[in-house]
Formats: sequence, C-alpha cells, structure tokens
Amino acid sequence: MTEKNNWQQEVKRVAEGIRRRVLEHTVKNNGGYLSQACSAAEILATLYVYIMKLGSSTAPMVPPPFQGVPSINNPDYTSGAGYNGPATPDFDRFFLSPAHYALVLYTVLIETGRMAPEGLSQFNQDGSTVEMIGAEHSPGFEMMGGALAQTLSQAGGIALARKLREQKARIWVFMSDGEFQEGQVWEAFQTLSHYKVDNITVYVDVNGQQCDGEIRNVMGIGPLDQRLQSFGARVIKVDGHDITALSAAASYKADGRPLSVLCYTDPCRKISLLEKRRPKLHYVRFKNKAERQEYAALFHKNMPAGHTL
Amino acid sequence: METVARVHENNLVKWAKNRPEVVVLSADLTGSTEIGLFAETYPDRFFSMGVAEQNMLSFAAGMAREGFIPFVHTFAVFIYRQALNQIISSIAYSNLPVKMFGFLPGITTPGGATHQAIEDVAVMRAIPNMVIYEPGDATEIESVLDAVAQTPAPVYVRMLRGEVPRLFSKTEAFTADRARVLSRGDDLTLLSSGICTEEAMRATAALQARGVNILHLHISTHKPFTDPAVLDALSAPRYGVITMENHSIVGGLGSAVAELMAENGIGKRLARIGLKDTFAHGGGRAYLMRYYSLDALTLVNRVETLIGEKLGITENNLAAVRLEHAHSKAKEEDL
Repeated sequence: MTEKNNWQQEVKRVAEGIRRRVLEHTVKNNGGYLSQACSAAEILATLYVYIMKLGSSTAPMVPPPFQGVPSINNPDYTSGAGYNGPATPDFDRFFLSPAHYALVLYTVLIETGRMAPEGLSQFNQDGSTVEMIGAEHSPGFEMMGGALAQTLSQAGGIALARKLREQKARIWVFMSDGEFQEGQVWEAFQTLSHYKVDNITVYVDVNGQQCDGEIRNVMGIGPLDQRLQSFGARVIKVDGHDITALSAAASYKADGRPLSVLCYTDPCRKISLLEKRRPKLHYVRFKNKAERQEYAALFHKNMPAGHTL
Repeated sequence: METVARVHENNLVKWAKNRPEVVVLSADLTGSTEIGLFAETYPDRFFSMGVAEQNMLSFAAGMAREGFIPFVHTFAVFIYRQALNQIISSIAYSNLPVKMFGFLPGITTPGGATHQAIEDVAVMRAIPNMVIYEPGDATEIESVLDAVAQTPAPVYVRMLRGEVPRLFSKTEAFTADRARVLSRGDDLTLLSSGICTEEAMRATAALQARGVNILHLHISTHKPFTDPAVLDALSAPRYGVITMENHSIVGGLGSAVAELMAENGIGKRLARIGLKDTFAHGGGRAYLMRYYSLDALTLVNRVETLIGEKLGITENNLAAVRLEHAHSKAKEEDL
C-alpha cells in the first residue's frame, strides 16, 4: 500500500462515517441537516484528513456545557476553536461559514478523533454548546456564522493579519453556494483580490440547494465561476465527491489571488432516498412514520455491526 | 472661546505613533473622517476598504482576532445602519476590540436624513458588550483615544469633526463613565451630551443670572451608564430633570436617564430635549437646532415650564452669549 492509498482510504472512511452518523442522528431525532452531509462529506473529510495542517485538539473530548456568552464579566468563556487545534502561527486555521452545517461538522470532529461520539448526544439539548446552528462556543467553530456570509470577511481579516505578520500557515474556509446570493460575499472577494490575500482558500459546496429549494429557481447565482473570476478570484472546478480532485486543488501555489475551489456536489449522494424529497432538501423532517422507517432501514443496512438506533 | 480645527486628524497621528497594533480602516471617506494624515503618515497601517461597510466591519473583526486594534472610520449611519448584523454577529457577540468612529452625529451635517445619525445611540446601546463614548469638545476628542484603547470591548465613538470648541481644560481628560460637573445648583438637574453641551452652557449662564440654579452634567459615556454621581444628581433637584441630546428622544440619553430614575424610584419630572421621534432634513447646524428645538432657547423654555415661571430671556440675550463662543469661525464642512 502506498501512502497515497492510505490517506485516501482514511478520507473515504471519514466521509462514510459523516453520512452514517448524520443519518443516524436524523432518524433518531426525526430531523436533521442530512443533505448537507451527503454533499459535503468528501470535502470536509479531505480537508480534515489530508489538506489542512491543524494541531491536535486542545479542547475536552466531551464538550463542556454552556458557560455563558463572551463578555468582560465572563472569564470562564471558551470558544469552540480548540477542537481545530491551537491558533498558533505555524498551524492552519479552518472556518466553516454556513453554521447550519454544524451537525455535519460535529460528525467530522468525531470521525477525526477530535470529539467523543457522546458529544453528539448533547446536540440541541438545553444547556449544551453543541448547538443546532453552530455558535462561537460550539465544537469546531470560532465565529458566529449563523447569519451567513460574514465568515469569509472575518477569515479575510485573519488572513490579511497573518500576511502582515508574514506567517506562512493558511486559512481555509468552507462555504455553501447559497451564501453567494449575499452581497457581503462579493464585497469580501473584492477586498481579498484588492489586497492580494492569497493565503486563503475557499471550498464551496455547490449543491445547488437552499432553504426554499433549488438555487436556480430561488435566485440564480450562475455562472459562479465566471462571477468569481471577474472579482479577481482564482477558480478551480472539481467534482466535490472526487477525493483526488479535491486534494489536488489544495496544492496550487499562491499567485496573488484568493483561491476558490468550486466543489460540484450531489445533495442526495449515497442516500438516494432523499431524491424523493426534491426539490426541498434543506432540512429533513420526516413526513410520517413510514418515511422515518425507510431511513431507519437504510441506516440498519449500512451500519457497522453492534450499532443500534 | 477657543476652537480647534481637525482635532482628531492631528491627534490620532500623534497618539498612534508607538501603537503598531492600531490599524485604521476607511470606507471611502478618508478626508471626511479626518484620517488622511494617518494614511499619509502610516500607509502600512491604513486600509482602504471601499464603499463596502458590511465587509469592512467583519474584516475588522478578523483583524481584531489576530491582535490588531482596528479603528474603523466612516459616517455613523454607514456603520450602524448599513452593517448592524455585522456589528452584532462579527464583533459585539465575541466582544472583540473593534473601535468604530462614527461621524456626523444628529443634525451636524447638511447631508439630510441619509447622513444624519439620529438613532445611533439607541441602536448601539441595545447591543450587549457595546461601549459608547461621545466626546463633546476638543479636549475629549484628544483624550478619548486612551479610553477607547483601554476598553477591552467593542467601542462606538460618536465623533465630531472640523472646527470644534474647547470647552474643557486640556488637563481634564476624558474619563470613561464619569460625568463632568459644569455648574451646580439645586433647582434643576440638566444632563447634556455632544454638541448640546456647548448649547446648554449658553443657556445656563443666562438662567443662573435670573436666579435659576442648575446642576449641569456633561455626559460623554452613554454605555456603561453607571456613574454614581449621575444618580445623586437625579435625586437632588427641586423642580425636575432635563436631558438635552443631538439625537432622537427615543433610546438615547433621555431614555437612559428615564430608566435610571424609574429603577431607583426617583419621582421627579423629566423633560427630554432632542429630536422628537422625527427625521430631520438637510440644513445648517444653527438652523436645524432652532427648527428641531435643540438649542439654548429651547432649554430656557423647558426650564420655564418646569419651574412654572417666565424668565424673560430672549434670543438676543442668548445670542450675546453665543458671540463669545466657537462657531463664528466655523464653516459648514462639505461631505
């Protein structure tokens, strides 16, 4: 076995784990952001396993309970950033922008050994930091991304600051395509191009979906590649489920342009039952018992031995 | 009275000399917000962000996370109106030390309703973690930066530009959350902020001469609003309390005082001078202060109402005071 095959196997294992855990959670809780796991599993798995240089987690394996919000009067507050390792100059930084992908991110942390599986049982429970829409204190988060479109600007500020201090590590941002309807995203790319911030790479989950349905019907954003190029970004288009293509995009040498990797994905990938729910895939809440049973059966068919719901 | 031109422009350059962590961000209003000299002097610490305030505020948050102290400059309305969600989600929630310098408070611009920040204190006061300073003269503009830098939180500075009076001695620096006592008396308590303090000082002299004694406090910190001297002052007067602000009477100084009085069971009358829940329009400062009843004569009228007595103070009496003051030299700044 070559080293290459080893990491690819690991990415595949993590991606599979993401889908399995999100499916399990969705069945158990009668709801979840399942299509996001289907579209983003390979992207996030490749980032965490192969692309990013993150240090080991500095946070507890089981997330601490809610300790209050940040304020001058709250010395106990901690952000969820520790799950991605220390924010020291020699390590990369990762920012997930669409905070409703939180469930997916938590499963990534579990599969990569950064959070205990029990952590997920706190999901959306009162008094927990493992929130449905990831907040700054939620595992793997470092910002308040819930409003969408703000994370890229903030990560841009961090990338620029690191450039000013001549720190070599890179900034990775995960975005969803629906966010590109927001003007602030374009303001951010305009600024990244203007200041030649090329230590930042944006992986975009182009799944063509948003809350109301298909992006092309709600508010078209195409041609996304050309729009980004006209804003001065360097654009690479890949199959978002092709691990080799996803990883190759990360090895582009900086050339003065912010790099965006458009990952074209299938929001029903490997859970084809979801096809029946088109065009609305944003959040899965089962319509009836029978539908829930179908998904439970799918989970049971695919789960490793010893697992029960 | 002395007036000083472009106080912030010169002071910021001097003040920031040995503070490499301080960076200045501009949204295409560099000359208009007095940061041109900073840009010339420290080009490596100056970032032109274009007319894109939402990105600018979030970007500043990112830089603050890396240890820089961003001083964001633009007109106030383009900060809190254009980028409120960014202020909240990118900056305030995380209690990041982003410092926002908002120019053209209230009716200080002929730019009209789109340029006049008339509800900024109300909006910013409602945001957790936010600290709000409003310098009232040249001395406070010069000394507020120390307080801004020392406050480990987001700070909104309601800023003055151009020709500014020096009302307070250079040796009496801005102190966070501390009111300045400008006159003493037990008939009425008057709390004023920003440009209204200068206007109020014209009236208090004339009122004092008619035997009306006023405890006059200048308020330069809107949040936190916990100076015990303020509470004492509210409890003291015989006839009641007056607030005077270059801002809507909804949500600003008048509201903060009302909250404090109610919570402490201070059963006195309260008269709030300010924009009476209305937008303004473009015009000169003196005209707008008269038209919207924000001037010294308005204060005299409110005093007369509270004490139930006509004092016979005329516009001419106040104009005589006015001559000793600043604005004979001042010209309206363009946008």
